Amino acid sequence: MSRSPVSNRLMMTKITVNEVTKKFADHIALDRMCIDIPEHCIYGLLGPNGAGKTTLIRILNQITAPDSGQVLIGGEPLCQKHITHIGYLPEERGLYKKMKVGEQAIYLAELKGINKAEAQKRLKEWFDKFEISSWWDKKVEELSKGMQQKVQFITTVIHKPDILIFDEPFSGFDPINANLLKESILELRDKGATILLSTHNMASVEELCDSITLINNGKSILQGRVVDIKRQHDTHKREIIIRTDNSQPIYALGDTYNNIKVEPTEVTDEIKLTTFSESPNALLEQLMQIGQLVSYKEVLPSMNDIFIQEVQSQNQAS
Amino acid sequence: MNKIGLIIKREYLTRVRKRSFLILTFLGPILLAAIYIIPIMLALNSSTDHLRVAVVDESRWFEERFTNNKEHTFVTMQGQPIDSVKEMVKSGVFDMALYVPPTQLNIPSNAVVYSIRQVPMEVENYISSVMKKEIEDQKLMAQGVDPEIVSSVKTDVNLQIMRMDDKGNEKETFTKVQFALGIGLAMMVYMFIIFFGGQVMQGVAEEKNNRIIEVIISSVKPFQLMMGKVIGVSLVALTQFVMWILLTGVLYVGFSAFIGISHPDLLSAGTVMSQEITTNDIMNNESVQGILQIVHSINFGTIIGCFLIFFILGYLLYATLYAAIGSLVDNNTDSQQFTLPITVPLIIAIISSFYIVNNPDSSLAVWLSMIPFTSPISMMVRIPFGVPIWQIVVSILLLVGTFVLMTWIAAKIYRTGILMYGKKLSYKEIFKWLRYK
Repeated sequence: MSRSPVSNRLMMTKITVNEVTKKFADHIALDRMCIDIPEHCIYGLLGPNGAGKTTLIRILNQITAPDSGQVLIGGEPLCQKHITHIGYLPEERGLYKKMKVGEQAIYLAELKGINKAEAQKRLKEWFDKFEISSWWDKKVEELSKGMQQKVQFITTVIHKPDILIFDEPFSGFDPINANLLKESILELRDKGATILLSTHNMASVEELCDSITLINNGKSILQGRVVDIKRQHDTHKREIIIRTDNSQPIYALGDTYNNIKVEPTEVTDEIKLTTFSESPNALLEQLMQIGQLVSYKEVLPSMNDIFIQEVQSQNQAS
Repeated sequence: MNKIGLIIKREYLTRVRKRSFLILTFLGPILLAAIYIIPIMLALNSSTDHLRVAVVDESRWFEERFTNNKEHTFVTMQGQPIDSVKEMVKSGVFDMALYVPPTQLNIPSNAVVYSIRQVPMEVENYISSVMKKEIEDQKLMAQGVDPEIVSSVKTDVNLQIMRMDDKGNEKETFTKVQFALGIGLAMMVYMFIIFFGGQVMQGVAEEKNNRIIEVIISSVKPFQLMMGKVIGVSLVALTQFVMWILLTGVLYVGFSAFIGISHPDLLSAGTVMSQEITTNDIMNNESVQGILQIVHSINFGTIIGCFLIFFILGYLLYATLYAAIGSLVDNNTDSQQFTLPITVPLIIAIISSFYIVNNPDSSLAVWLSMIPFTSPISMMVRIPFGVPIWQIVVSILLLVGTFVLMTWIAAKIYRTGILMYGKKLSYKEIFKWLRYK
């Protein structure tokens, strides 16, 4: 999968969230939150429901203001002018049902500070790309939910913002359109946008995100590049597959070492070993004498596993 | 500011383009004109409707007292039993039968009209007035008084009412005209506030429930969106108002011309009728001059100016509150508990206007026309009667101040409310929102 082309270089920070705290009547939504989001990357914002993701996103969009702390955009304190630099696709999204698609898209683009002629030109390009040009004069209420999502995505990016915030962008899309959307997001990143992606869809996090922050109860509990996080959570789980007619000695190994699990595979003469050893060389040598090595695989934990593990351990601790 | 302009434009255009707006714009003046036209049309039609009334007078007091005219003919059916006359009414020989029961010792005091159809008010009035006069005359004669003397003594007094100001200017006032004008203006302000305030509320609730709100407020400030909507709808209200005035004018002129050509004699009759309630006494002498006098006595400049100021400020005050309420509504059913507190002052104002109109300078009237939540309505009731300038100025200043304060509060509520879903809200919680940053 295409990782960020610049991920190995020293990156400029695009968005700095510094000690941001936001309290509501009955709970703390964000508790001294700190996040640095590098330029030109896709940054995942993860966390269970009610963790504070939406509050943080709303602060970035200046829909609400933090009680304390600071947000910097490219080094400058967040202010009114940044509104046109940000494109936001909220989780709770909709359109005026009685308005025509084209008219509405132009209105939303104009609100982002684009003049009508320019908006019309850019919209036409996007409508062609998404193959929805024929909807221009339809009323929104005539469109299906997935169709409306496409229009919403276009209105989010129409003003070519350098920061894009997507909250559950894939919900309501069929696999084909979800893929179209995914490619569009990657393309925007490659063109230089910084993208903040908030989602519960861990598969899309693994596919798209360069770095993530995991939020729970208003606090950041895990931050870093996806590759690094996975490496940190490495349990040294390795899967080895051996082809042999004589499986007896292998099962014996499983009985000898308690960190080795032996099980048959669907192929009759192949046997799978799962090991959690940090130095598997000795084991491999032994095995190679017994049979033919078919595969040796490093099994890193999935983001899904890491998410569950981290959130549960933090909830138990508090 | 540019963004507010965009919002105002959208709010205005989407509403003005709606079919319901067009229907209301054209229906309003037609209904208004109907109030004026229908009585005249009825006057035109009723002359063709001739009624035949059979009279069975067993008291023999009212024989030959009823005179015929082009609307009704009275036929005396002396000696006939009332039951058989009733049969004749049923079979359609007569339209109705008047029966006065026999009296030996006393003077008659009751009578019965039998009719299949509804008895027209004028026939009913005519019969009872004839009977009343006859009985009164008989009573007078029994006392030895000649009824001729009594009627010659009757006098109409033309009471002119002159309002003076401290500079010694005198101006004739016509209370009944002011009465109608005051109530009419107050009703108009009341209806416009309720109707267009409701539109603001619906618009806000629609944006919230559509879930488009978050997309919009990531581009504009919630305050801009709220004020854009309030101002956009106010322009719709003004458009409607101006259209009504223009269309009513066109209809009035058109109808007058039509009547003038087809029934020249009725034009004056129609004018007299429509003015009858308000200007009866003046009309008797010199009708044209009377009308002119009334027209001149009304200071249209002040009334229209005050109407616009109080209507616009009153609307703005209530519209921002309606916007705040709209932001609290999750579905239309629970808007009731929040709209009640703001409809109560409006209802108090409109109900008390019937008292104010009789006592425009009473302390209650003055207070209600100062309190900002009732002043847009209560002041309009008083304006036609003449209100000291300082009271108008103070009232306007209070209204402006309250508008600014309430807008600030409404904006705070609105900002939080539009993003609240599926939560049962209490006033206590909403109060906390005022302190959110």
